Amino acid sequence: MSENAPAGTPQPTSAASAGRAATGTDVPVLQIAGAVKSFGGTEVLHGIDLTVNRGEVVGIIGPSGSGKSTILRCATLLERLDRGSLCYDGDYLATAGQDGTSSYRDAKTLRAARSKFGLVFQNFNLFPHYTVWKNITDAPLHVQGRDRDEVERVAQDLIRKMGLDGRERAVPCELSGGQQQRVSIARALALNPHILFFDEPTSALDPELTGEILKVIRDLAAEHMTMVIVTHEMAFARDVADRIAFMDGGVIVEEGDARQVVDNPRRERTKTFLGKFTDGA
Amino acid sequence: MTTQTMLSMLGQGMLVSLQIFFWTLVGSLPLGMLVAFGRLSRFKPLTWLVRAYISIMRGTPLMLQLFVVYFGPYYLLGLETGSNYRFTATLIAFILNYAAYFAEIYRSGIESIPHGQREAANVLGYSRSQTFIKIILPQVIKRVTPAITNEVITLVKDTSLAFAIGVTEMFTQAKAIAASQHSMEAFVLAAAFYYVFNAIVAFAMERIEKRMAYYHE
Ligand SMILES: Nc1ncnc2c1ncn2[C@@H]1O[C@H](COP(=O)(O)OP(=O)(O)OP(=O)(O)O)[C@@H](O)[C@H]1O
Ligand SMILES: [Mg+2]
Repeated sequence: MSENAPAGTPQPTSAASAGRAATGTDVPVLQIAGAVKSFGGTEVLHGIDLTVNRGEVVGIIGPSGSGKSTILRCATLLERLDRGSLCYDGDYLATAGQDGTSSYRDAKTLRAARSKFGLVFQNFNLFPHYTVWKNITDAPLHVQGRDRDEVERVAQDLIRKMGLDGRERAVPCELSGGQQQRVSIARALALNPHILFFDEPTSALDPELTGEILKVIRDLAAEHMTMVIVTHEMAFARDVADRIAFMDGGVIVEEGDARQVVDNPRRERTKTFLGKFTDGA
Repeated sequence: MTTQTMLSMLGQGMLVSLQIFFWTLVGSLPLGMLVAFGRLSRFKPLTWLVRAYISIMRGTPLMLQLFVVYFGPYYLLGLETGSNYRFTATLIAFILNYAAYFAEIYRSGIESIPHGQREAANVLGYSRSQTFIKIILPQVIKRVTPAITNEVITLVKDTSLAFAIGVTEMFTQAKAIAASQHSMEAFVLAAAFYYVFNAIVAFAMERIEKRMAYYHE
């Protein structure tokens, strides 16, 4: 849907789109190649390639334990790859040597690179002692060192966009799960990331609250926010994603147009996996 | 002995007790945090050393530790220590002892903070020290305050142990007066002092807890 948006297309002024203005046109926002990751001798990613272009929404689906969270955690530097490379906007954070072993850039470069991406966790991980307002504004002010007026303007916009008006002074424990997740999305967006990762953003929510989060993500997609979404909501993934990758056993088994993968999967494993959902539903 | 002399002696003792209390907290609350860092360090020899220190401090009587610190320099090193050393020795022993207890409280507090908090801070770009000071520490303080309160109340009573090496704190004075007067009066006053002191401490700690009650996890 958004892959074809030309670089110069005027976009709604929002924190979501502001960050991407500086990005090059054709360089993918994210490029992971040959990603291998082991935990204590057990290899859980067996060579993952994933490219995400500007404005693209990629869904990652797959059974439990297939490595979906692990690939997001590697992409967001919470885990380090054993082998393979990781690259944002053409800048390599990890390169693969001759034998494939990953070598990472220095700590300072990696820390600076963190402003390129945001991660929305399943269980929000908001800072419980901070108000909504401070959760959103603290990192832009004290990590990125941005101007207070500008940060407050951005935060105000995000509060409105996430439907949190009037809740600025609340602390997370006073909010519903859906509101907390919207705060955590705002917190990530306030840093103007070029790409936003979601790890099962609705799995910790009561069914009646998932809708509000899915709507927020849909709105971001409509604004051409680049996103990678790990989700068990198949209908939503089919709808909002441009592309879907189906993972199983640490590999991407099938990847393609979202509707094609969900409606007409080519691989048996994908069919079996999706079959469980349609049968269950 | 007039009532007035008695009260002035007890008053002096009270001041000494308050000083032991105050300086012990000033020294051991931060030192305990350093010890907790050592305990949680990835450098194994340091964690072993710290574990040994904590286990000795918690496994032997504070009164014995007082004796070791007070007499140690003379018996072990042949150093002459002036009479001023009584008070210093008391502070050294109390601070070392209480730091060990506080360290264990801090450690379990630090370990109880969900890992997701660090991960969220990490992805948002907070440095390690920012993450600790802004995100982890405030939550640790809230969680450990009840346990710290217990220790602080114990400390009020423990200050009387300085009597063992002849520091003229409250209890030493009360005992001296009681012996010369053949009367319980001074003990009653001393008991009232410790009791009121603890009531104030409990009240203050409760205020601190209330102040942090604006959120829960
Ligand atoms: N820190 C870790 N230490 C050891 N093993 C781990 C660790 N993290 C993940 N694993 C293992 O790696 C594999 C992939 O886990 P991962 O969390 O990426 O799966 P997932 O696809 O996100 O599953 P789910 O849908 O349940 O969230 C699993 O077998 C898991 O047990
Ligand atoms: Mg997962």
